[in-house]
Amino acid sequence: MEFGPHLMLALLEGAVTSAVLALTAMGLSLVFGVMRVVNVAHGAFFMLGAVAAWWIADLVGAHPALGFAAALLAAPLLVGAGAMLADRLILAPVGYDPERTIVATIGLMYVIEQTVLMGFGPDARPVAPPFDARIALPWVERTAEGLALYWPWGLSITAYKLFVIAAAAAILAGLWALMTRTGAGLVMRATQQDRDMARAFGVPVSRVFARVFGLGAALAAMGAVLVVPIQQAHYLMGGDPLLLSFIVVIIGGLGSLPGTVVAALLIGMTDGIVSVFLSPTLAKIVATLAVALVLVFRPQGLMGRARA
Amino acid sequence: MIDARRSLLLHGGIVACLALLAATLPAYHAGNLTRILVLAVYAMGYNLLFGYTGLLSLGHALFFAAGMYGFGLSAALGGLSAGAALLAGVAAAALVAGLTGALALRTRDVAFMIVTLMFAQAGYLTILYFGTWTRGDEGFVLPAAARRLAGFDLRGDGARLVAALTLFSACFLATAALTGSRLGRTLIAIRENEDRARMLGYDTARLKLVAVVLSGTLSGLAGAAYAMLFGYVGASFATVQYSILPLLWVLLGGAGTTVGPLIGVALVFYLIDWSSRVTDAYMLVAGVALIGLTLFAPQGVAGLIRRKAAPWLP
Repeated sequence: MEFGPHLMLALLEGAVTSAVLALTAMGLSLVFGVMRVVNVAHGAFFMLGAVAAWWIADLVGAHPALGFAAALLAAPLLVGAGAMLADRLILAPVGYDPERTIVATIGLMYVIEQTVLMGFGPDARPVAPPFDARIALPWVERTAEGLALYWPWGLSITAYKLFVIAAAAAILAGLWALMTRTGAGLVMRATQQDRDMARAFGVPVSRVFARVFGLGAALAAMGAVLVVPIQQAHYLMGGDPLLLSFIVVIIGGLGSLPGTVVAALLIGMTDGIVSVFLSPTLAKIVATLAVALVLVFRPQGLMGRARA
Repeated sequence: MIDARRSLLLHGGIVACLALLAATLPAYHAGNLTRILVLAVYAMGYNLLFGYTGLLSLGHALFFAAGMYGFGLSAALGGLSAGAALLAGVAAAALVAGLTGALALRTRDVAFMIVTLMFAQAGYLTILYFGTWTRGDEGFVLPAAARRLAGFDLRGDGARLVAALTLFSACFLATAALTGSRLGRTLIAIRENEDRARMLGYDTARLKLVAVVLSGTLSGLAGAAYAMLFGYVGASFATVQYSILPLLWVLLGGAGTTVGPLIGVALVFYLIDWSSRVTDAYMLVAGVALIGLTLFAPQGVAGLIRRKAAPWLP
């Protein structure tokens, strides 16, 4: 293959990574923005979504598409409900104190991971994709009659991966509509700006917190359900999404939702391309150090505005 | 000055009790005691920063590993004797603590926690990246020469326990003296109210850096000693888990108390030992303990004793 088709394939794979990352990081960003809570258990919620997807697809048993559809609907609901319960039982009693919630969510992460290890076991398990068509991709070529399309051999992508990109975009659009066009979103944004003032205006802040925490976990679970037909479900799969989400949320500006999407695209796209030039380990070292230095020297994020 | 005499009696008494335990415990528990004592040095290093200065780091595995690899690499590749390698390990940890501390202390609260976490993660990945020398996750076993200190062969169980007890007692008494000193009291003042301490004329930025370096150096000493006594160096000691464990030990034992780290390490060690016999998911205990402590007992065991029975507890 020539360079052009190669690049298009790399960009498409990058877009799949970005799509899943954007969903997961959006959950983390939303929780931090509204509640000022750094949820270390976010990766565990992601993993829980993937394991729930496997479990539901296995339970439904019929055609893979049916099991997958059921999982895409039910797994985020289950994980979100679990997260709301955790908010009531753990986060609310410590009064959302930033340091104590970090320690508590570290504990929650271990509890979720180890409980899954006991119930689900240490093996990685696959979920069948709902459809497994491959789509051949065209490329332009200069012929005697001018430009013409042709289909280079080996230039193709599974239809499922395109579906992941479309589904993530749809979910993000839905989230944007929820935040900007509905009463529930208005209440969330009011709480984010000034929780005391929101409370004074009759906003039930503690109920908003529970919902936001549930929604954040559900977004991670949706990302996981989408990724699980590509990558298998495993009880330790939450580590990388957690780290990458942290990177995205910090680069995009803590709590800034548009910044999060832009940063997810940036990180997801560059991840594959950087790995071509550097070893994956070196790329990760550079990324973690870059994040630490961004926090040290530009705590509002690369795209965020300084807080007054 | 009654409190000072009580404190001396308490710390001397604990060291004497440990010596008695070391002499009488059956082999299995004596082996555990050796590990507990070395890890308690790590916990005391962590407590210096978290318990006394009020800075919550999520990246102390970086300092523990710096000491461990400083010792291990200089002994195995550089051919240094155990004593010189021990110094190299401690120097490596102090250097790493000084560098990362100077950067991380520009942030505070949650950002400080994330920055330390990221630095530790970068450190772990660096160990993996230089796998040619560090042997990555697999780690390497130290040569016999690196395990002879001042004529004692530390491969024997007895000598190892004596060495661990000596190291622990020295660090234990030193931290007890430090917390009663001017520096220790100033660090506590920073923990209680940093703005007020600064207004009173203390250079809090410099003092916090001193606390990070002291804490990192002590953690590094524990890492180097661990490598020397147990003869193994591996990247698993640089993972996030080894940053979370000291937090758990200190929280459980009692942050900001001199005896807390020892209590916490001993309790967690036996809890994990017991639960790993029942299930593979032994870290479940750590998770439940972290949540329970945050919710119900943020002061830990020694903190409760201090509040209920002995308000003078240092």
